[in-house]
Parts: sequence; structure tokens; C-alpha cells
Amino acid sequence: MTAARNRTAATARPLRRVLVANRGEIAARIIRTCRRLGIEAVLAVSDADTRTLPARLADATVRLGPPPSAASYLDVSAVVSAAVASGAQAVHPGYGFLSENQRLARACADAGIVFVGATPAQLAAVGDKLRARAHAEAAGIPVVPGGELTDPADAAELAERIGFPLLVKAVGGGGGRGMKRVTDPARLLPTVELAMSEAQAAFGDPRVYLERFIASGRHVEVQLLGDGERVVHLGTRDCSVQRRYQKLIEEAPAPVLDEHLREDMHRAAVRFGQRLGYRGLGTVEFLVDTRRRSFYFLEMNARIQVEHPVTEAVTGIDLVAEQLAVAEGHPLRLAQADVVSRGHAIECRINAEDYTNGFLPHPGTVSHAEWPVGEGIRVDTHVQAGSQVPPFYDSLLAKLIVHAPTRAAAVQRLRGALARCRVEGVRTTIGLHEAVVADQAFVVGGVDTAWFGRYLAGIGHG
Amino acid sequence: MNPSNLTDEDVRDILELVDSTTVDELHLRTSRFSLTLRRDGGGWTRSTTVHADPVEGEQAEPHEPPDAEQVPPGLVPVRAPLPGTFYRAPKPGAAPFVEVGDHVEDTTVVGIVETMKLMNSVVAGTAGTVTEIRLGNAAPAAQGAVLVLIEADGS
Repeated sequence: MTAARNRTAATARPLRRVLVANRGEIAARIIRTCRRLGIEAVLAVSDADTRTLPARLADATVRLGPPPSAASYLDVSAVVSAAVASGAQAVHPGYGFLSENQRLARACADAGIVFVGATPAQLAAVGDKLRARAHAEAAGIPVVPGGELTDPADAAELAERIGFPLLVKAVGGGGGRGMKRVTDPARLLPTVELAMSEAQAAFGDPRVYLERFIASGRHVEVQLLGDGERVVHLGTRDCSVQRRYQKLIEEAPAPVLDEHLREDMHRAAVRFGQRLGYRGLGTVEFLVDTRRRSFYFLEMNARIQVEHPVTEAVTGIDLVAEQLAVAEGHPLRLAQADVVSRGHAIECRINAEDYTNGFLPHPGTVSHAEWPVGEGIRVDTHVQAGSQVPPFYDSLLAKLIVHAPTRAAAVQRLRGALARCRVEGVRTTIGLHEAVVADQAFVVGGVDTAWFGRYLAGIGHG
Repeated sequence: MNPSNLTDEDVRDILELVDSTTVDELHLRTSRFSLTLRRDGGGWTRSTTVHADPVEGEQAEPHEPPDAEQVPPGLVPVRAPLPGTFYRAPKPGAAPFVEVGDHVEDTTVVGIVETMKLMNSVVAGTAGTVTEIRLGNAAPAAQGAVLVLIEADGS
């Protein structure tokens, strides 16, 4: 029996009240699981979100501050004060905002509040991309050829070892921020110098590293769950349909993938989690080189992710419930053999954007909303008729998730479900998703991360 | 059940009730809200519509409506291209893009409006001198709100 199992009876602390420090669909989704588990959910809200659907679903709301997120959802002391004032024993940060913030994790610990997430040390390990790379290498996981650049004068020598084209990446960046592609060796030094000064301005950290640019890559990630000692994986997700490094469509399991490669990725992700003694829900992201049938470690996200519902759909596991169980101090309730993937799930992110006009954000008032319901269909949203879509936060309105016995059936189900989505008052990406799921390359499956850009250019929206 | 507070769980409860009947369509209508559930091939479609104003107390539009703003004669307003948060400087602690009295060209950036995490640079659009900066740093701005006033060269 592991130490984790031994500590069950002695130290597990049932949570009675959780502060949900987030907004939008993920807040509604976390509150739903809390209610199912009999845990009171207190929602921390900005002044822009006091009358939203999540606020109405929550047992109580507590004000964080004015609408801009820097003064509300990103304010560590406001979040901790809200937790203390509301008598919550734990803070669930959702994704984005403070979900991987070491200061919040430490401040929670100092206030005697459970942070539903990784430990501060683990957040530090994966939050710094160079440290995460070093951990991956130490765990025997391949990383994209590259390395840290401490002095711009060394750029040419390092680039020669890596080869062109390459990417200059900010250590503090992420989600496509702080990343520059260099194809011409003559442009290397000025690009590095610009990247360093921009990284200093944007992230307060001038460090950059160089990495080989892999032209044909697929973004495949592995969901992990750990209790600090034992780690299980919950299979793969493919998130290759991206625009400017922002995911648009995700599916589980990753389609058209060599099964040996998939198993190797599962093992690599678990090794990475084990090396960190990982606690909570996390995702190891890989770049799959389809030509070489190999994969490289990209980064680890130490939080719940937007695309988690596709994993929930195929495994039947409520990931928020497992997160909360680990946060309560329970050892993992799942053994690897308990995790069985059934069928195929696809998620579309529906954003308030005008895709016919450069994906211009479109805040406003939703005057009419129609979402499909039915077998194998799930809609995670905070939007209904009358909802305000404020300009202060990201543009995600809803996630449409379908599940079916096969990928072909899932695509078919997705088409039908999309046709029944209707949102008026703000522009949305529903029409774009309808076009994508009718495209033959998407129907076949296994597109790479460059595919969507080519697709958009092909339909005149590039 | 108050329809203005209708949740997905409420709709699911209604569906379970209706599922046990042969009804194909259900309309629920109040003075301000209507819900339609339609049996539609493989499943149900849920439709909600508000008849009147948005739900009472929901967040008001940021800042004042642009048409209420006074622009003194002879000055050129630079307006917010989208609703969002106006920033006067490229990052916290940095010097503002422009100050009153600065001379600008038509391509000079006078601020940033952040809308849904997208940073939109706002340019002067006119060569001239900045006479007023209407909004403070990190202030909410409605679409079309006047951010900066410029006295055009030669005016």
C-alpha cells in the first residue's frame, strides 16, 4: 500500500465550500460538479459578471473588483480575501487567470486554504519552459532540438546545430505569445534581440530559447491525474486545429495515430508526471512529427484545460470531481486499468468573433440563443438569451461536445448539432465550424497544426 | 420556476417530463422570456428568447454612449474602434504613448484598446496636437467613445 493510501483516513479533509475563482463556462461547469457532490460553490465575480448564469447557479457570489481582469480575476489578494470572507476551504481557479499562479498557490497555503491544483514547486517547474524541458530530458522524453540562449552572440552557433527554420521562444511566453519564426540566418540576430526586449516588456523576463521549427506537426496531448505519488493517464487529445496557436477544435482520442506511438506518448507523459510527483490534473503537450513518426515534449499545463470534456466523454470520468477528491487529500480513486476509452468525442469552441472579418472580437448582448440537446451532445456554456458578453474577457461563448461510437459518427453528430446552434446579437464562429466539419481533410482526420491556416486562406478568410 | 433564472438543469428536468409523453414541441412564455423545446430528429432543440431589455441589473455598457459626448468645434476626436479597456501606455509603469501638447502624425499610436484579450492599437488618424485625453489608463471604453482630441495642423 502506498503512503498516499495510508494517509486517506488520517488526513483527507472533506470540502464543504469551494470558492470558484473564474467566470464563463468553466465556472458554470465547476459549480455543477460541486452541486452534484454536495459541496457549496461560492463564485468570485467581477462587477461585469454579477448577474451571469454561473452567478445564478452558485450558492453565493462574492465581489472581486471592477471588470478589468487585472483588478479582479487576476488579483491574488482579492481572490484569497474572497475565499477567507466566504468561509471556503478551497479555491478552484479553473483555467486561465490565476490557475497556474504560484503566488496564489502559496497565498492559499498561507491562509490555510486548499488550492485545487499543483503544488507551488510543480507550478514553478512547468511554468518555466526551460526547466520543464530539462525535466523532460531527465525523464528520457524527447524534446524539440534547441536550447537556451543566454547571450545573443551565441545565437548563430546554436542555430547552426538546430538548423533553419527555427523558432525564437520567450521562456515566459505561452499560447503563441512571445514566439518568432526565423527562416533566414541573416535575420537571426535582430530577431533574437527584438524577442528579448519584447519578452522583457511582456513577461518581465528577457530569456529566450531557440527551437527547431517543425513544419508538419500535430498537437497531441495526454491528460494526467496524480495524487502526489501515483499518476495515471486518461488518454490522448488532438488539438491540431488551431489559429495562431489558439485551439479551435479538439478531439479524443487523437485520430489516425500509430498505436505504438500513442502508447509511447502515454508512457512518456506518465514518466514526466512521476518525475514531478505530480498532484492534481495536468496535461503534457507533445508535437508529433508525422513524417518521422516521432514526438517531442512541448510543455505541461498544470490545470484543467478548456478541452477536458472530450476526455470526460470517452472515459466517463468527471475530471473536476477527481480534482476535488485529490484536493481533499484522497489518494487517486482510479487505477490505470480503470481508465477505459470508449468511442470518439469532438469539441468545437464557439467564440464571439466575426470570422469573416479577421476574427474581430464581438462583445454585446445575446438576444437569442439556441443550443442542441440530445444523445451524445453536451454544451458547456454560460450564455443564454439576455446574456451580456463583456469586452473584458476572452471570447469563448460555448463548447459544443459530441460523443459517438466512432469518429465518423461523431463528425455526423457534430454536423447535426452545429446546424441546431443559433446565437443572435453577437457574431459567432458557428458558421465556420459548420464549414470545417464539412471539409474532406477534417473528415478524414489527422490534420496538422498548419492545416487550418491553409484552410482559411482557401476559403478567403486567411 | 422563474424563467429568467432558467438553468440547464431546469431544462433537463422539463425534457425528462416531456420525454415521457408524445409531445413534439413545448412553448413556455412569460412577459419577458420564452422557451421553446422541439423534438428534432435525433434529439431536442432548446431555444430561448428575451422579449424586453436584458436581464435587470446586468452589466451596463462601459463608459458613456458616444453620441452623448461633446466634441468641441474644430477638434478631431480619436474614437475607440471596439468596446474594451483603454490603455494609455504600452505596459504598466511605461511612459504614456502621448501627452497633452504632444505633436502627432496620423500614424502615431495614441493608445491601445483591449477587447476580449485582443490588443488594438489606436492611431491618431490626423496630424496635429493633442489637446485632451478623455479617458484614464485602464478605463472601460464604449465602442466609439472619444479617447483623445486633436487640433489638426493648420486648423
